[in-house]
Amino acid sequence: MNELVFFINNVVIAGSVSGSIYAIGAVGVTLIFSIMRFAHFAHGDMMTFGAFMVLLLATAFPAAGDAFGVPSALVLLPLAMALTALLAVGIDKAFYKPLRAHGVKPIVLVIGSLGVTLMLQGLIRLFAGTSGQSLYIDDRKEIFRLALPFEGARAPVVITEPQLYLFVITLVAVIGLHVFLSRSRLGKAMRAMSDNPDLAQASGINTNTIVAVTWVIAGGLAAIAGTLLSLDVTFKPDLSFFLLLPIFAAAIVGGVGHPFGAVAGGFVVGFAETLAVFNWSVLLRPFRDSLPSWLLESGNLAFVGTEYKIVVPFFILVVILVWRPTGIFKGKVI
Amino acid sequence: METKRADTVAAQSRFPLREVLLFAAVLLAVLAVYAAMGPAYSTRMLVEAACYAILALGLTIQWGYAGQFNAGVMGFVALGGFCAMFFSFPINPDFWESELPGELGLALLYMIAAVLVVFGATRLDRIGVPKKLRTLLAVILGLVLYLVVVNAFRGVTDQIESRAGFVGGLGLPVGVGWVVGGALAGGVGYFIGRVCLGLRSDYLAIATLGIAEIIKAFLKNSDWLTRGTATVSPLPWPVPGPAEVGFTLARALYLSVTAVMIAAIFFLLSRAYHAPWGRMIRAIRDNEISAAAMGKDINKRRLEIFVLGCILMGIGGAALASFNSMFDPQGYLPLNHTFLVLVMVILGGPGNNLGTIFGAVAVYIIWIMSAPMALYLMDLAMALGAGLGWETPTNMDSRALQARVFVIGLLITLVLRYAPKGLLPEKVRHHG
Repeated sequence: MNELVFFINNVVIAGSVSGSIYAIGAVGVTLIFSIMRFAHFAHGDMMTFGAFMVLLLATAFPAAGDAFGVPSALVLLPLAMALTALLAVGIDKAFYKPLRAHGVKPIVLVIGSLGVTLMLQGLIRLFAGTSGQSLYIDDRKEIFRLALPFEGARAPVVITEPQLYLFVITLVAVIGLHVFLSRSRLGKAMRAMSDNPDLAQASGINTNTIVAVTWVIAGGLAAIAGTLLSLDVTFKPDLSFFLLLPIFAAAIVGGVGHPFGAVAGGFVVGFAETLAVFNWSVLLRPFRDSLPSWLLESGNLAFVGTEYKIVVPFFILVVILVWRPTGIFKGKVI
Repeated sequence: METKRADTVAAQSRFPLREVLLFAAVLLAVLAVYAAMGPAYSTRMLVEAACYAILALGLTIQWGYAGQFNAGVMGFVALGGFCAMFFSFPINPDFWESELPGELGLALLYMIAAVLVVFGATRLDRIGVPKKLRTLLAVILGLVLYLVVVNAFRGVTDQIESRAGFVGGLGLPVGVGWVVGGALAGGVGYFIGRVCLGLRSDYLAIATLGIAEIIKAFLKNSDWLTRGTATVSPLPWPVPGPAEVGFTLARALYLSVTAVMIAAIFFLLSRAYHAPWGRMIRAIRDNEISAAAMGKDINKRRLEIFVLGCILMGIGGAALASFNSMFDPQGYLPLNHTFLVLVMVILGGPGNNLGTIFGAVAVYIIWIMSAPMALYLMDLAMALGAGLGWETPTNMDSRALQARVFVIGLLITLVLRYAPKGLLPEKVRHHG
């Protein structure tokens, strides 16, 4: 039974954690892709920026969470989301809007977003240094150990406090987004614009508002993803570059322009990563008597080492681009 | 009705004032660096700028000629550098005199056999196996054989690491490594291009960004092949080294080698640009649909130009690694080897080879000089801050260098906004 617990800890929980992070990130990317038709490379750094804002605020008000009994980082998250959304809208006004007004090809916007990535990275590193920092300023990270009610399961299932928050907030964010996109006027207008921008404009939708709303949502979600990731591990200024590929892979797997596809894609990529680095010989150990010995001798049956984790999203990306470039849910933008 | 708009007429024998002025400015800057830093340092800077110019030429044909954006120049540069190391580094007798080469060869044979078996399984439908069963079989075979091959390799590579250190080089002339480096980079480019070039241009950027990180991760973690973070040095030079003829002369000789390479590449690219092939490439870039309507095979031409660009990047990367005389996989950074090259191309003028070379040299000089400049400015700010009672963090030096990241990013966005065609725009001839 211990092997099963090991599997739950290392695959189910770890996969859900990275899957949730990728899902929230990919939703933002896919929304931007469907409204503005370009791959937004600065998304990873918007996440870092959100986490950095939380770090700053939590350092300034370390006691903010005491009244609610939660870490202050979580209480200050809405403020950081607002700041990140503001940054996203500002970046759009300053850098992307002029390019769009010139009528450039989408790929030029991609290059522009790479420029923005570098600027954000430079600024964050300038102020935050290059080392990792914990977002838990005064609070203690709770770790829950759940013992399984089975005979022989000595090792507990381990889940930490930020991981629980992550699952809850992901769920709330996805449901909230669904309600917004399907019920509210603005959400419907967004969907109309992603279907056909010219037609949307002709039918009286203010495209500038829609673009701004998209940036607000994308910025807020990016702040959530960045903060929760940094809560779970630590805040690192160079977090973003390793997030970019899985997030894009998730968005493309789910079908670009398809928010729920992006959520599904995020979990596909997250679980694929953890399954690929999981050492399968652990699960074979209970059956060691009935299996040929050469299978167990090597002792390491992981598909890729952890140092090659980045190969997994790339592999998924290549497979999906070859096999079905529109993604599993048939995205609108190819 | 012979009113000709100014931009539809080819300005025939215009005196190239802009080119002359810009290159004079670069020459002045180079002379200033020579005066300030001494000849050995400055020649080193010029050689590196020349290597970067080769990279930039590779990117300019991808971005400028064909409108493909490669966000993973670093990966191709690293591949070139690896080949330069692997082919030119002296032979490691510890490895070759043991039985390890045989075992490594056996593992390689396993790999080839596994690839052939899986490939065969994907073709099973030709002999009547249902397609779904074929796919299932191929996937399962692929997974199992992959695990077998990986385990075989793991055993051999662990042995190599513990007994011989690493594989070592092949001790061949430096030029061989450069050529193979170009070929290998081209091969990887072919793979990426096949996957992405028929799709939206954004996907190519994402995929190249990913492959660059993967190549770097592979080179960094394959200690048996590259000695990983321990780095490999010294790599031999194609010309007499500093130990024989002194720093300045040796670097000047190296500079002449790279200059000859640039001249050759420049000449060939100009010929290709003005040839029917180049016209076709530009026609595809400017209007894909009409080019397709003319019967041009768009995806094939795109693939050609992408692979060509990658080959140039591989060669440039090989020349750079040989010159640094060290192969350090960790030294390959997206900032230094992707974005710097991008700035060179878009600032100099995408699609204009002369502009690209100008951009490469000018940006590289600014880049090299910006490190001491940033530190100086930071010192100044710290002195000011100390006067105002501001407590300065301790690791200010490393942070000052981060400011350069910001400047590169700002430069990219500003150039795209205000000078999208670069300082020396591509001269498009219209016959009006």
